[in-house]
Amino acid sequence: MKELHLDPIACDGHGLCAELFPEGITLDDWGFPIIEGAVPPALEKQAQRAVSACPMQALRLHAARLQRSR
Amino acid sequence: MSALRSPQATLPRLLADGLPPLELPRDLVGLVRDAGLRGRGGAAFPTATKMEAVLAQHGRRVVVANGTEGEPASSKDRGLLRVAPELVLDGIAVTAAALRAKRAIVAVAHDAPELQRAASRRRIEIVRVPGGFVAGEETALVDTLSGGKGKPTLKPPFPFERGVGGEPTLMQNVETFAQIALIARFGAAWFREAGTHDAPGTALVTLKGAVARPGVHEIELGGTLEQVVAQLGGTTTQPQAFLVGGYFGGWVAARDAASFRLTPDTLGAGAIVAFPEGVCPIADCARVVRYLSGESAGQCGPCVFGLEAIADGFERQDFAPLLRWTAMVKGRGACRHPDGAARFVESALTVFSDHFAHHTRHRECRLRDEQVLPL
Repeated sequence: MKELHLDPIACDGHGLCAELFPEGITLDDWGFPIIEGAVPPALEKQAQRAVSACPMQALRLHAARLQRSR
Repeated sequence: MSALRSPQATLPRLLADGLPPLELPRDLVGLVRDAGLRGRGGAAFPTATKMEAVLAQHGRRVVVANGTEGEPASSKDRGLLRVAPELVLDGIAVTAAALRAKRAIVAVAHDAPELQRAASRRRIEIVRVPGGFVAGEETALVDTLSGGKGKPTLKPPFPFERGVGGEPTLMQNVETFAQIALIARFGAAWFREAGTHDAPGTALVTLKGAVARPGVHEIELGGTLEQVVAQLGGTTTQPQAFLVGGYFGGWVAARDAASFRLTPDTLGAGAIVAFPEGVCPIADCARVVRYLSGESAGQCGPCVFGLEAIADGFERQDFAPLLRWTAMVKGRGACRHPDGAARFVESALTVFSDHFAHHTRHRECRLRDEQVLPL
C-alpha cells in the first residue's frame, strides 16, 4: 500500500490533483486539496498522475509507513 | 541520590529565591521521567521523551528555552523570567550538560533585563526574536534562530532531528526548564508531592478577567477549576464561563468548573480567563478569531482562507457554516495554528450555544460589548 502526502506550505490550490485523482483527493471550500492518504494498488496510476501534474510539486507518493508519534 | 529538602514545602516553588547550588545529577533524564514532567508551553509533551530523542541523535546538540510567549492571555513566562531567571538558567545549564549540548539559548520576544544580568555570568545566549502568536511555535522559532523568516516548517524533520543550524535541538518552554532545575535539586518524589498521580507537580498560570487577584500564580496540578480559582482569590462577579488554556484551549461553562480538572493537557500554556456575566461572549470571541486569522503565518491555504472565512462568519453572525469549516481546517496546516483556532471556535459554539441561537434569531443581544479577552 502506498500513501499520498501533501506539503501544505508548497500547495497553492491549483486543484489539478483533484481532477486527476478524484478517488483520493477532494477540494475544500477554498479550493485546497483534502488528501485521503492511503492509495490502494489499483489506484496508484491515477495518484501518480496527480503527483506529476502538481505545478508546485507539493504531492508525494511513497510506501506507507507508521506515522511518527510526534 | 538522596533528595535535598526544598526550603519551603508549600508554594511557590518556581518563584522562590535562594536555592542551594545545583549539581548535575547522575541521571537527569531518568529523574525527569520519574517526575512525570510534561512541557509547560502548551503541548504537554513528556519532557524526558523529548530529551531522549535529542540524546539519540548525533551532532552538535542545541538546547533552546522558549520564552517568546506569543499568547496574549499569558504572561507567566515573562513573570518567571523576571522573578526567577536563575532558576530557568539552572535548568538550561543542567539540561545542556546532561545532553552534552554545544549551545544553550534563551529566546525572548521582550526586554528581559533580569535575565540578561543573570546570564552574563554563564555560557548561555540570550536571543531577542520578533514576537507574534505563531513565531513561538517550535519549528518557527527554530527557523528564526537558524537565520530564517521565522515561519513554521514541515515536520519531519523534527527539531530533535534537525533543529537550530541543522543540529539536534531540544526546545522547551522556559517554565519547563525551571521545573527541571527543581527536579534536579530536590528529586522526582519531591516533585510529585504536589499535584496528583496523573498530573504531578505545579504549574504557573496567568489568571485574567473577572477575578479578585489577576496575574501570575503557581498552582498544584490536578485540582478542579473551581478549587483553583477559589484558592487564588475567587471571582469578582458571577462568571458565565472560563477560558482555560488561552486561545488554543477551550471554554468551560461555569456550571462545569467544579468537575473540570486542571492538568497539563487542559491547562495548555496556563492562561485562564474568567468571563463575566453581562458581557457578550460572541462579540469578544469574534475579535479573538479575527486576531487568530491575522496571526496565520500565511503559508498554508486552509489556514489562510479557512480562518478568514470563520472570522467573517463570526462577524456577519452567519454561524451555520462554522462547524463545517473548523472541521475542514484541522490537521491541514504545517503547524497546529488552524487546529487551535478551530478548537477555540468549537468550544465557544458549545459553551455559548444558547447565546449563538439568540444572535442567530435576533442578530443582537442586550449584553455589553466589552473586551475581556486580551489581544
